[in-house]
Amino acid sequence: MSAPVKDGSKDNANDVSAHAQHHAIPSHLHLETPEKPYLDSNELIINMGPQHPATHGVLRVILKLDGEKVRGTECVIGYLHRGVEKIAENRTYTMFNPYVDRMDYVAAVSNGLGYCEAVEKLLNVEAPPRADYIRVILTELNRIASHQLWLGTHALDIGAMTPLFYTFRDREEILKIFERYCGARLTTHAFRIGGCQYETYAGFEKDVKNFLTFVAPKIDEYEELLTTNRIWLERTKNVGVISAEDCVALGVTGPVLRASGVKWDLRKAQPYAAYSKFDFEIPTGENGDTFDRYLVRMEEMRQSLRIVEQAVNSIPEGPIMAKVPKVIKPPVGEIYHSIEAPKGELGYFIVSDGSTQPYRLRVRPPSLVNLQALDVMVRGLLVADVIAVIGTIDIVLGEVDR
Amino acid sequence: MPNFIMSYLGSTVTPGEAGNQFWALIYVLIIFAGVSLAVVAMNWFERKALAHFQIRLGPMRVGPHGLLQPIADALKLALKEDIIPAEADQFVFWFAPVIGLLAAFTVYIVIPFGPSQAVSDMNIGVLFMLGVSSLGVLGIVVAGWASNSHYPLIGALRSSAQMVSYEVAMGLAVVSAVLMTSFNDKGTGTLSMIGIVQAQQQQGIWFVFKFFPLGLVAFVNFVIAMIAETNRAPFDMAEAESELTAGYHTEYSGLRWSLFMLAEYAAMIAVSSIAVTLWLGGWLRPFPNLLHAPAWDFIFSLFPGLTFGALAAIAVIGVMRMPAHPYFKVQRIGLAVFAALLGFIALFLLVIAVGARFADATNLPEKLEALLRIFARFSEGIDYVYWFVLKVALFMYLFIWCRATWPRYRFDQLMRVGWKVLLPITLVVLILTAIVGVIVS
Repeated sequence: MSAPVKDGSKDNANDVSAHAQHHAIPSHLHLETPEKPYLDSNELIINMGPQHPATHGVLRVILKLDGEKVRGTECVIGYLHRGVEKIAENRTYTMFNPYVDRMDYVAAVSNGLGYCEAVEKLLNVEAPPRADYIRVILTELNRIASHQLWLGTHALDIGAMTPLFYTFRDREEILKIFERYCGARLTTHAFRIGGCQYETYAGFEKDVKNFLTFVAPKIDEYEELLTTNRIWLERTKNVGVISAEDCVALGVTGPVLRASGVKWDLRKAQPYAAYSKFDFEIPTGENGDTFDRYLVRMEEMRQSLRIVEQAVNSIPEGPIMAKVPKVIKPPVGEIYHSIEAPKGELGYFIVSDGSTQPYRLRVRPPSLVNLQALDVMVRGLLVADVIAVIGTIDIVLGEVDR
Repeated sequence: MPNFIMSYLGSTVTPGEAGNQFWALIYVLIIFAGVSLAVVAMNWFERKALAHFQIRLGPMRVGPHGLLQPIADALKLALKEDIIPAEADQFVFWFAPVIGLLAAFTVYIVIPFGPSQAVSDMNIGVLFMLGVSSLGVLGIVVAGWASNSHYPLIGALRSSAQMVSYEVAMGLAVVSAVLMTSFNDKGTGTLSMIGIVQAQQQQGIWFVFKFFPLGLVAFVNFVIAMIAETNRAPFDMAEAESELTAGYHTEYSGLRWSLFMLAEYAAMIAVSSIAVTLWLGGWLRPFPNLLHAPAWDFIFSLFPGLTFGALAAIAVIGVMRMPAHPYFKVQRIGLAVFAALLGFIALFLLVIAVGARFADATNLPEKLEALLRIFARFSEGIDYVYWFVLKVALFMYLFIWCRATWPRYRFDQLMRVGWKVLLPITLVVLILTAIVGVIVS
C-alpha cells in the first residue's frame, strides 16, 4: 500500500460509514428517530419486511409515512442473495444450467430457456424444430403457472383469500405435466444446451390438450370472482399508476410495461424459439394502473393457451437435440440474449474466454428492474396500496437477489 | 330458600324485571357459558366452512373432522408464553383485551332469547346496546396504543376511523327500526329490545319486510355497518393480515391474544343477535300469522328436535364414510358417540314437543298432566331459543361467506362508503319511514 497512513485511515473510516449506511436507513430519506416514546407527530418510519406476510419473500421496504400516506420508500434487497452470477464463473456451462432454475423459481422453465438459448447463440448452434416446439409449450405453460401464482398471491394481498386456492388447484395440473415430462415440478431443468434432454412422454399431447380445455373456464372463474367485484375495482383502479415514459425510463418490462400502453413483447419484437410461427396477440392496457396490469396478465394467460394449442397441434417430428460437443467450449466472445419471461425481459449476458466456464455471466432479472418502479408507483398512496403494488409488480425475491 | 329459587319459575317477565337477583345470576352464567361455547363452535365452523369455500378440508386431524380442534387450539394458547413487550404500557396492555371482552359480553344483558328469556329488559335497551357494543373499539384502540409499536398503532387508528364512520349509519338504521315500533294503536314506540320484538309480533310483520323496501334497505345498511363494527372482512383493516401483519394485536400472544379472539367472536354473535332482534323478529317463528293453526304450531315446535336429528344423521353418515382402517378407530368411536349424543338430544326435544301437544288433552292422569304442563312450558322456551339461535347462525354464515368472497376495503374507501353512501341512505330511509308510517297509520 503506497497510500499515506492518514489517507488509509480515512479510507477505513469511509468503509465503516459506507457499511453502516448500507445496513442503516438510507440518508436521503432524512429519517429521524422519534425521541418521544408515545404518540409523537413525527413522520412514521415503518420497516416492512423482510419478515412480512405480503412482501412475497424477503423484500424489505422502508416506508416513510405521514399517517398512512406514503411519503417515500426504500427497498432493501439481498436477503436471498446466493451469488448465482459468481457461481457461474466456477461451473462449466452445463453444470450451471440447473442453477438458473433457482432464480425465478415460479418460472424456472423460462429461466432455463433463456440460458440455454444464450449459450446456444454463443456456440452458434440451433436447437432442432421439435425441441423448439417443446420449449414453447413448456414455457407457455410455465407462464400460465407463474401468472396463476401471481394472481392468487396478489388477490390474497388485497384481502381476497379464495382465488389463491383456486389458482393453486389449477396450477397443480401444469406442475403435473412438468413432473411427468422431466420428473421435477418446480425447478424443472427441462432444457439442455442444444435442445431438450427428454423426448415427450407417451400421452404428453393428450395431457396438454386436456389441460387446455380444463383451464380455459377456470380463468373465466377467476375473472368472475374479481373483474367486476366492486371492492376489487376500488382497490386496483388508479392505484400504482405508472406512465409509459416512466416505464421506459426505468427499464420496466413485461406486463407492467404493456399495461401502461407500450406494445413491447420480445416474443414478437425479437422472436426466439418457435414463436414466430404462432399467431397471438399482445394485450396492452391504457392507464398503467393495477387493474390494467391485472387485465393484461389475465389476457396473457389466454394468449398463452392459444400458443400452446397451436404448438401442440403442429409439433413436428424429428430430433430433439442439436449436435453439441460433449465439452462445451464456446469461442472467445460475448453474447446478450433475452427472452420474454412471465415477469418481463429476462436477459443473459455471457462473456466467454474460450474455456469451459463463463468468464463472466450477468443476468438481467425482470423482477429487480421492475421493482425500481415501486417508489414511483406508491408515492402519495396509502399503506394498503403499497401491498397491492408490490403484488402487481410481481416480483420473485429469488430473482431479485439471485 | 327453595321458594326463593322456585319463585321465578312460571314467571313471564325477565329475572331483571322481576327483581330476582338469583335467577338473573343464573341467566348470566348460562349466557356466558353458552356464548363461550358458541364461540368455540363458531371457531370450528368458520374454519371448516371457509375451507370448503376454498376447496380444501380444513382441520381433520384433531378429533373426527377436526371437531376437537378449537379445544386443542385453546389449550395451546393457554400454554403459550405470555409476552409483554418491554416498551409497552404494561397496565394498559394488560387491560385492553379485558375492555373488549367486557364490552362484547355486556351487550348480552339486553338481548332477548325469548319474551322472558333475557337477563333483563331495560326500557332503554337499544341505547344501552349501541353504547356498550361500540365500547369494544376502545379495547382495540387502547391495545394498539399500548403496544408502542407501529403496526398496532396504525391498526388502532384505522379502527377508530372505522368506528366513527359506521356508528352514525348504524345508529340511524336502528332508529328507523325503533320508529317502526311506534306505528300501533297507541302511537308510542319502545326502546326495549323485548318490546321491539313484541311490536313485530303485534304488527304481524318482521321489520325487515315492513314498508317494503324501506325496512330491507335499513336492514342491509345495518348489516354492513355491523360487519364493519366487528372488524370482519371485508372491513378487517384493523388487523389486515397482509398489510399490518396482525394489526392491533401484533404484539399480543397466548391467552391474551385469545381474549381478543373471544371478544371478536362474542361481538359478532352479539351484533347478529341485535340484527335478529330488530329486523328478523327475534324469537318469533316464521309465518306466525299465515300459519297460525295449532297444527302449524305443533309442526314448527318439532323443528328443534328435527334439526338435532338431522345433525345426528350427518354424524352417522360421517361415521359410515370413515375408512375402515384401524387408524381411524378412535375417531369413528368418537364420532359415533357424538352422533349418539345428538340423537339423544333430538329424541329428548321431540318427546317434549310431542308431549306439549297433548298437555291440553282431557282425561289425563293428574301426574301425567302435570308433567305435560312442564313439557309445554319447556317446549315454548326451547322454541323461542331455537328460532333465535337459528337466525343468528345464519348471520354467522353470512360473516364467513363475506370473508371468503371479498377483497379488503382500503380504510379511506370504507370511510367514503360510510359517510357518502350509507349515511345518506339511512337518513332518507328514516325520513321516508316516518312519512310512510304517518300516512299508513
